[in-house]
Amino acid sequence: MTSVPMGLLLLADSRLPAGGHGHSGGIEALVDRGLLRSTDDLHAVLPARVRTTAAVPAGAAAAACALATPPSRRQESHHQDTRRPDGGFPDTGQGWRRWDAAGSVRMAPAAALRDASRAQGAALLRTAGAAWPSPALDALRALRRPHHALVLGAAAAAAGATPAQAAALAVHHLIGGACTAAVRLLGLDPLAVGALAARAGRQAEPVAAGAADAALAAVAADDPALLPTDGNPLADVLAELHHRSEATLFAS
Amino acid sequence: MRRKHRDDLLTAHVPTPLPAGPAGPLRVGIGGPVGGGKTALVAALCRALRDRMSIVVVTNDIYTTEDADFLRRHGVLPDERIRAVQTGCCPHTAIRDDITANLDAVDELVARHDPDLVLVESGGDNLTATFSYGLVHAQIFVLDVAGGDKVPRKGGPGVTRSDLLVINKIDLAELVGADLDVMRRDAAEVRGERPTVLVSLRRQPDAGPIADWVTGLVAARRG
Ligand SMILES: Nc1nc2c(ncn2[C@@H]2O[C@H](COP(=O)(O)OP(=O)(O)OP(=O)(O)O)[C@@H](O)[C@H]2O)c(=O)[nH]1
Ligand SMILES: [Mg+2]
Repeated sequence: MTSVPMGLLLLADSRLPAGGHGHSGGIEALVDRGLLRSTDDLHAVLPARVRTTAAVPAGAAAAACALATPPSRRQESHHQDTRRPDGGFPDTGQGWRRWDAAGSVRMAPAAALRDASRAQGAALLRTAGAAWPSPALDALRALRRPHHALVLGAAAAAAGATPAQAAALAVHHLIGGACTAAVRLLGLDPLAVGALAARAGRQAEPVAAGAADAALAAVAADDPALLPTDGNPLADVLAELHHRSEATLFAS
Repeated sequence: MRRKHRDDLLTAHVPTPLPAGPAGPLRVGIGGPVGGGKTALVAALCRALRDRMSIVVVTNDIYTTEDADFLRRHGVLPDERIRAVQTGCCPHTAIRDDITANLDAVDELVARHDPDLVLVESGGDNLTATFSYGLVHAQIFVLDVAGGDKVPRKGGPGVTRSDLLVINKIDLAELVGADLDVMRRDAAEVRGERPTVLVSLRRQPDAGPIADWVTGLVAARRG
């Protein structure tokens, strides 16, 4: 029997209160500087963003999901990933800390990005901790403001999802956040943007899958350094400039 | 529509005891359309109450630091007692559907200052924007007389269900041809026993009756 964990769908739903609506994924910074003005621009920007920035949160979410899946459940059939981590199940804050630090390192140049990630991590932790109580999510609380991707992955595990699905979730939110912000800021046709999001999502599937593979290898080797390290310097710079701007509507 | 509101009259609205709501000190949400006087009310409440109790403010104004700057400039509260939350073009989402960013800001201020009163100012929105009771214990909805005397009759959850309705800028009534009696009567009709006050925060910068109402809630919360 293959069933879809309903919790996975809830975690993908922007109606779940998780703080995402206040973040534009760097879109407002582009709009404010006239670098993004139309659906065509978004059509160009979005795939580039996915290729350069999605692997990091996707990999971290997949790793967190693998780590947070209790050993007993890793044997279950719906957990199809072949390389199952033998590493310790992080039911203490200490267990999470190295993975959280790895997230910070990957956002090292831009403090604003780290802050945005931690703010959304704290938001999701409030909601997910109540929705899917689990030792792994409890342990993440010890970090106070863990990175969003870690919470997303741990919540996905608690909701019964797999690491590959957690990676896809992270990419889905990256695309969805950017698209929603572009519609709100520019008054783009939401139907056209919806189509664009669908296309970007299809194109992103290999990115999510690749990030999940890397994450499982990192977990199997118990080495967060093996997580994806892609990046986009322009996004880093703009995130910092956005943070320092006076009149912004989105926190990031 | 009208009949539905009449039914509300059957449920006496007593602001105390408050619904259990969030733990910790009293949190009061201040909402209402753009420019009605929300920030003016926050400033008035701070001026009236700051010597009697410890207050912190979270503002959700659209242009981020605008409100916070106003409060700072007027020396209403020291900087570190004010936090601004960005709402991504959706002020109502931040106070109702996804309150997490506001909860974060409130928790941080409460942890740092252990206040008696937390005020949360919503960004200006429409008549349907109300606070979730997961974020606040009570909410004040501020209307502007200059918005027209038919607004209370229109209703909407802000007007009908807020714990206190403030009809502000009565000093402008004559200038804009607004009939205050009509506003008072319509508000009473749609709000049942929920209280309404008509004020001019310009002429009454200490917000006397509103400050008294809030003081009562703080006392009730302390128990
Ligand atoms: N005439 C008059 N003007 C007032 C009164 N109260 C506030 N104002 C003015 O109305 C304008 C808007 O007041 P704010 O307190 O900024 O209104 P607000 O609801 O916070 O506005 P947003 O946050 O932008 O939605 C300011 O210029 C105030 O000085 C009043 O009682 N009478
Ligand atoms: Mg204001």
